[in-house]
Amino acid sequence: MSNPVLEIKNLHVWYRTYGGYSRVLDGVNLHVYKGEKVGLVGEAGCGKTTTMRSVLRILPEGQAHIPEGQILYHGNDILKMKPRELQQVRTRGISMIFQEPAAALNPVFTVGTQMFDVIKYSGLSKEESRKDNIKRLAIQAIKEVYIPDPERILNCYPNQLSGGMKQRICIAMAIVTARELLIADEPGTSLDVTIQDQVHRLLRGLVEKKEMSLIMITHSLGVARELTDRIYVMYAGNIVEVARTSDLFANPLHPYTLGLLSSVPKLTGGGVAEGIYGRIPDYLRPPGGCRFHPRCPRAVQRCREEKPLLRDLGDGHQVACFQV
Amino acid sequence: MKLHSYLLRRLLLSIFVLVGLSIVIFIIARVVPGDPARMALGPRAPQFAVDALREEMHLDKPLVAQYYYWIKGVATGDLGRSLVTKRGVLEDIMEFLPATMELVMVSAIFVIVFSILFGALAARYKDKWVDSVIRIMAYTGVAVPSFVLAVLFVLIFGYLWPVIPALGRLSAGVQPPVSITGLLTIDSLLTGDFPVFWDALKHLFLPALALAIGPIFQEARIIRSAMTDNMGKDYVAAAVGYGIPNHIIMGKYLLKPSLIPAVSVMGLDIASLMGNAFLVEVIFNWPGISRYGMEAMLRKDLNAISAVIIVFGLIFVLVNILVDLIVAYLDPRIRLGGKL
Repeated sequence: MSNPVLEIKNLHVWYRTYGGYSRVLDGVNLHVYKGEKVGLVGEAGCGKTTTMRSVLRILPEGQAHIPEGQILYHGNDILKMKPRELQQVRTRGISMIFQEPAAALNPVFTVGTQMFDVIKYSGLSKEESRKDNIKRLAIQAIKEVYIPDPERILNCYPNQLSGGMKQRICIAMAIVTARELLIADEPGTSLDVTIQDQVHRLLRGLVEKKEMSLIMITHSLGVARELTDRIYVMYAGNIVEVARTSDLFANPLHPYTLGLLSSVPKLTGGGVAEGIYGRIPDYLRPPGGCRFHPRCPRAVQRCREEKPLLRDLGDGHQVACFQV
Repeated sequence: MKLHSYLLRRLLLSIFVLVGLSIVIFIIARVVPGDPARMALGPRAPQFAVDALREEMHLDKPLVAQYYYWIKGVATGDLGRSLVTKRGVLEDIMEFLPATMELVMVSAIFVIVFSILFGALAARYKDKWVDSVIRIMAYTGVAVPSFVLAVLFVLIFGYLWPVIPALGRLSAGVQPPVSITGLLTIDSLLTGDFPVFWDALKHLFLPALALAIGPIFQEARIIRSAMTDNMGKDYVAAAVGYGIPNHIIMGKYLLKPSLIPAVSVMGLDIASLMGNAFLVEVIFNWPGISRYGMEAMLRKDLNAISAVIIVFGLIFVLVNILVDLIVAYLDPRIRLGGKL
């Protein structure tokens, strides 16, 4: 296969807090090929969003600190880019959809104002950035996310739209000018289930139609199974398992993945799902060795002392666990 | 749009506010010790003259009756006579109010422009030296009362370094324009008299600045904290992520939502300048209503006190309605939320 569109190598992200550095990301590796749909799965607070926000360099300034790692976009390190190159990536390369559509839209500007600016500053030629052309692009994008009456929507303020419509508008803004990679940060989580499903289908359709790559952040294995080709399972700032989607469900290996799978309630009944005991560790004092060991049913002495690295078990199925 | 009915409701409500205010100030002015008639006529006036004046002013009747006579006059546009200037209070107010209005309006322009400028700069360069300099200026600016600044300005610009006039509304020998609005700058513009306009503007600069500095920095701090607060919002991260340039984000997407909390405080601050201008008016020898009202209080000039307070109350009410309209303009959630 050709070179990946995006490759994250050994990414560490720390947050400054009053208690010292909160070491959230602990060496994340991830890559996406052109046209590939990748899932990033893990429970809340495991660093999924942090990973993706560092890709666009929109982590809170002054708090986030990246001690090591690389984020390569077509081989160029985004973390070392000058403002101009970074702008290029943001306007032409990668766009992101946020978890909370209500928070991701500015409440005091109309949808139109916000969309027009996204188009206007996306590095169009002079001819293309004429007002009527910008409006045409915006209307086209709104049509593409299946919202009727785009002209009216452009004059609406975000609070006049429903949650599902807001998220569609966010998607429209992310695809309104051509981009190679779309990062969707739990786009359905704040919506109710039927709308959630519509939004996911819409995303998949658009990504396939425009031949974009997709990174889908989700805490739901079901969503990942439906939408992605390959899944990264993340726990406490580490990727613990990578596999093709079908492989992961057929043959899950990491104890955490097994735990996640057993947390899904089954339609066949059989009582409450088992789940995983305990919770995400304190990032100020993360456990040594494997960060999952305090919650792991199969932890041995070695897990407490040494950090397991991803091992390839063939066919791209990688696991970071000594016990597999 | 229910703007009309909203405005109507607010105006009706403000009538009650003003009536309440008139009762309060009417009582306060009268329970303060001292006989207004005696004070008006002086200690050596014969008792019968004082009694005659008391009767004329209805001071010999119970408070309720006094209020009735007074409010009846007010309703018909007769605010009574001033015991000090011996003229109709309305006439006095018409003479002194425009000077203060002009001063406060120029102050308001200073407040709006510089508070936004300083607030945005401090937020943009948060925790950098620009922010620290503005912070120090802000603490000083808020802590130093305007009359101290006024004295300093008069000392510096009136005496040590006379580059800009520090006293009065116009230079000696300058013929004031025909009074149309009473605001010298506007009247001179209307009559096309640009030298007078320029002279009036120069005279406004120092007193307006002395009044404005406190509110400028108070509002700048509010704007700064609102902006730094909003910087952490997803919509800002999203805008950055879409590649929208920084100056557009700061000056547009971050500034507008951040102005909303500042506008309410700004409105009240600017309205309070009317009353707080007293010492500044005295120091700059500015013939304004604040000074007039304060003198009325010291001399227990009942009609003048009540009238001045009612005028201030009216201005507060109007400014508050204006503020609500501006906030509604800035924030569609309020404008379109149905509960305007």
